[in-house]
Amino acid sequence: MNQTLAVNWIACDGRGLCAELLPERITPDEWGFPVVDGHPMGPDLLPDARRAVAACPTLALRLAATGR
Amino acid sequence: MSVLCEETAVTARLLPDDAASGRLRDLAAHQQVFGAPAPAGALTSTAIVAMVEAAGLTGRGGAGFPMARKLKAVAAGGSPVVVANGAEGEPASSKDKVLLSLVPHLVLDGLQLACRAVGATEAYVYVHEGPLVAMMSSIISTRAALGIDPVTPKLVSAPARFISGQESAVVSRLDGGPALPMAVPPPVYLKGVHKSPTLVQNVETLAHLALLVRRGSGWFRSAGTEAEPGTMLCSVTGAVAHKGVVETPVGTSISAVLERAGGVDGDLQAVLVGGYHGAWLPGSAALDLPLSLAGLRPHGATPGAGVVVALSTRTCGLVETARVVDYLAAQSARQCGPCLNGLPAMAETLGRLARRDRTPGLVERVHQLAGLVERRGACHHPDGTVRFVRSALTVFAAEVDRHLAGGCTATDRAAVLPTPRTRGGAS
Repeated sequence: MNQTLAVNWIACDGRGLCAELLPERITPDEWGFPVVDGHPMGPDLLPDARRAVAACPTLALRLAATGR
Repeated sequence: MSVLCEETAVTARLLPDDAASGRLRDLAAHQQVFGAPAPAGALTSTAIVAMVEAAGLTGRGGAGFPMARKLKAVAAGGSPVVVANGAEGEPASSKDKVLLSLVPHLVLDGLQLACRAVGATEAYVYVHEGPLVAMMSSIISTRAALGIDPVTPKLVSAPARFISGQESAVVSRLDGGPALPMAVPPPVYLKGVHKSPTLVQNVETLAHLALLVRRGSGWFRSAGTEAEPGTMLCSVTGAVAHKGVVETPVGTSISAVLERAGGVDGDLQAVLVGGYHGAWLPGSAALDLPLSLAGLRPHGATPGAGVVVALSTRTCGLVETARVVDYLAAQSARQCGPCLNGLPAMAETLGRLARRDRTPGLVERVHQLAGLVERRGACHHPDGTVRFVRSALTVFAAEVDRHLAGGCTATDRAAVLPTPRTRGGAS
């Protein structure tokens, strides 16, 4: 099953940990908020994606089966 | 306030013939015109939903979502809640205020039918702070004293801000919080007011419901288009002879809508449809377009909540756009980073273009910022703002070039699009 990353924009503070843990899919914008590459995550990236989700101090990042 | 002409008698369903007088139609007059509402129990939930489905009624608050689908989704859950949403945030829109001021009983009848359709025993009337609060409160009490309504709605008000009528903001407010959008999912029809499935319907949609249940879905379909039946209220403003609210069949051409408002004052440069989350259309192309989803979608626009603003060649579209984006930036709920940072940056850049700042790269910067805020918020405020801005850069492209060369075609600097000074979000 394909998984993509979704951001809860109200919760997100732009701390930037996710971009450090998953630079293949997440880059910070000019204000430090994550720009998520919406392409589905291959199995090779899933462990890092899960780490990024777990590392978010505001619990703003999640892995979702579809959509944003 | 409202503009009426001979044609109105044919097409107006909701607005009274003497709408221009601004006079409230009281309960006695209301029942004389429309007859008493069907007694409680006379219509089953299934019957109401079937009528709405056959009529093809869609939401008149902006999104145009089919009402029958919403009714079914909410009815499927336990202890549903129904909200009549009269908090129109668009400064250029006045149709909900006009409707509530003139025919509140139509809206309240519709609210009862919606409650019956989904099996709700809890209902709210949600309006902006202002004169409507006292008026609606008194009308609700009158009906309660007469025992007209099986469900007596509670009246709740919110500060008059652009986003306070957004569905999840309504739910937040009714739950005792601020009138600010919440993170999605879940959608409010699954989990809304105190976590119950919640039907939020625009007040105009409810008024249409009250009439179509009285008169039948065939009658409802006798106006409008096959795909988008019925009439709609339009707030027409800008360079027209008589600013105000007109009721027209869905699919009426923009030129006919402008004619209903007394016609364009001057030479038409552009038309804004759908409000500040809507899109500019070039005047020449706009006139023949029908005001419907199907008619406007190919042009990147939608009727939204029926806002139509005419801009004459006297006024600078770029200056108007920059001022509105500045307003929209201030109206951000300030909850989501990209919106909180991106909209003010976009407003600042557009402001420099409007002031004929000739720094290279300003237009490219606006496009870059648009890309950065789009789809990166809890609500559609950034997306709607981006649509408005992109359409402006397209429709006023020649004016942008003139500004970059230090010129401007405008001869009249007076503001056309209203931008009230209200506070924005949570700050």
